[in-house]
Amino acid sequence: MPVSHAEILKIAKLAKLEFSEKNLEKLSKDLNNILNYVELLKEIDTENIETLDSIHETGNVLRKDEILSSLSKENALTNAPETQNGFFKVPKVVQEGN
Amino acid sequence: MEAVIGLEVHIQLSTKTKAFCSCKTTYGNEENTQTCPVCLGMPGALPVLNKEVVDFAIKLGLATNSKIAEKSIFSRKNYFYPDLTKGYQISQYDKPILENGKLEIETENGLKSIGITRIHIEEDTGKSNHSENFVNSTGLDFNRCGTALLEIVSEPEIKTSKEASAYLAKLRQLVRYLEICDGNLEEGSMRCDANISVRETGSKKFGTRVEVKNMNSYKNVEKAIDYEIARQIKVLENGGKIIQMTALWNADKNQTIPMRTKEDSQDYRYFPEPDLVPLLIDENWIDEIRKTLPELPKTRKERFTRELCLSDYEANVLTSAKELADYFEKTLEISKDPKLTANFVSGEVLRLLKETKSELSELKITPEKLGKILTLLQTNKLNLQNAKKIFDEIAQNGSEPEKIMREKGLEQSLDTNELETWVSEVLAENPNEALRFKSGETKLQAFFMGKIMQKSRGKANAQLVTKVLLEKLK
Repeated sequence: MPVSHAEILKIAKLAKLEFSEKNLEKLSKDLNNILNYVELLKEIDTENIETLDSIHETGNVLRKDEILSSLSKENALTNAPETQNGFFKVPKVVQEGN
Repeated sequence: MEAVIGLEVHIQLSTKTKAFCSCKTTYGNEENTQTCPVCLGMPGALPVLNKEVVDFAIKLGLATNSKIAEKSIFSRKNYFYPDLTKGYQISQYDKPILENGKLEIETENGLKSIGITRIHIEEDTGKSNHSENFVNSTGLDFNRCGTALLEIVSEPEIKTSKEASAYLAKLRQLVRYLEICDGNLEEGSMRCDANISVRETGSKKFGTRVEVKNMNSYKNVEKAIDYEIARQIKVLENGGKIIQMTALWNADKNQTIPMRTKEDSQDYRYFPEPDLVPLLIDENWIDEIRKTLPELPKTRKERFTRELCLSDYEANVLTSAKELADYFEKTLEISKDPKLTANFVSGEVLRLLKETKSELSELKITPEKLGKILTLLQTNKLNLQNAKKIFDEIAQNGSEPEKIMREKGLEQSLDTNELETWVSEVLAENPNEALRFKSGETKLQAFFMGKIMQKSRGKANAQLVTKVLLEKLK
């Protein structure tokens, strides 16, 4: 099995995901199926093939450095569960080192 | 023991808009008035790269002799923190835009070249507000979120805190010359982290490193590095081991404090950003940018010493900032006297800036006006004392040099009759000093000069006075 329960739990924690024991079993099976397939692909010799960085064949989609209008403060804050004095409000983030 | 230091410097690019959206980047505006679906991380919003960001990066690449990648790509750096809207930062990982550059710094032992491992484009985060207005909560302002940064990573080739601050100063000077960043450490448009380790002198192996963050001034960079080096040496000398960690510099307590990092937090799970296409840079693009490069500090300094015969010190002072060097050269166009102009600009002008805490562009004494004063000085219409008087007058109230000279009667007298009268009067008023001078007390010359200048209300020409005075005291 390419990926252990411990690794899945670590990734879940990093991605802030929660699920039950039962789902862990199912996830583990699904993930390992996928990864086993990737293992199979690894058998192909890719020695002299350039890495595919993007599925788009183009490059350089760029824009000019020109200011366009931003959202109003009210609109920007519309979807926030909590706001205060024009700020988004979140549970306390500890300021470290002080 | 010796220290090994590598610096990671973030510079905020002074583009009008953010890296991937068209919101403006003004510092200090009302909170959350410079956001849009892209920088707020709304689902479905797509980033589009600002061309100016790439132009600025190419400029820095050329100025640091970096290798400019024909193809570079953007990657997602994944982590959760409230000041990051999307849950990932768009950055560059394995294919950065610039690699293998260098920056020359001046040390006590002469010039030293510090390697630059890489420079990459990334986006800034929002700002947290921890003030007492927020009880058990934190306020977030996303005006800065998405502003373009360049992260400049040095090779671990810096040995002392002095070298570190010299590197930082050189980099600041360079980005200000290139006009890609205002270099303001206090406002955070330039931020510096240091990777510090120690090892036996001459050893090839690196020690365990500690990353120090939160040093927002040159003084703090030096103090933090010195503190951390001393701490690590002490730990090792007492038989201990250095633990790899990230620490914050606390300027109030004068010490580095370990950050309480959650385990796994360094696992950023980078992967190519699927919302952005690769960045392709060809020779034409690079040539276009090369044409816009200003004369860089090093070249300019060399020209000042070689062509204008200024001393190393003078050239260093005058080229410390582009605006100052420009001011000097504009003044020189009128005055035509490099040495005299250098003296006035590095003396009077810098003193004035310091006293009035102003910028060069705000001065009432423009290069044109200073140039005119210096011309009056050279053609003997003004003596040094009155030239400075007019300089101060214009600095305060504006107006034109010649006008002030006429109105205040400061024009230097070259009339020999008038001079002779002043000298004779002063000698008559001070017979004892005159006798003492004649019997060999020649240092009294300064006394007489002062008195004569006073009598002439500063209008006398010092050289002529000296001549007439010595003649009469024979």
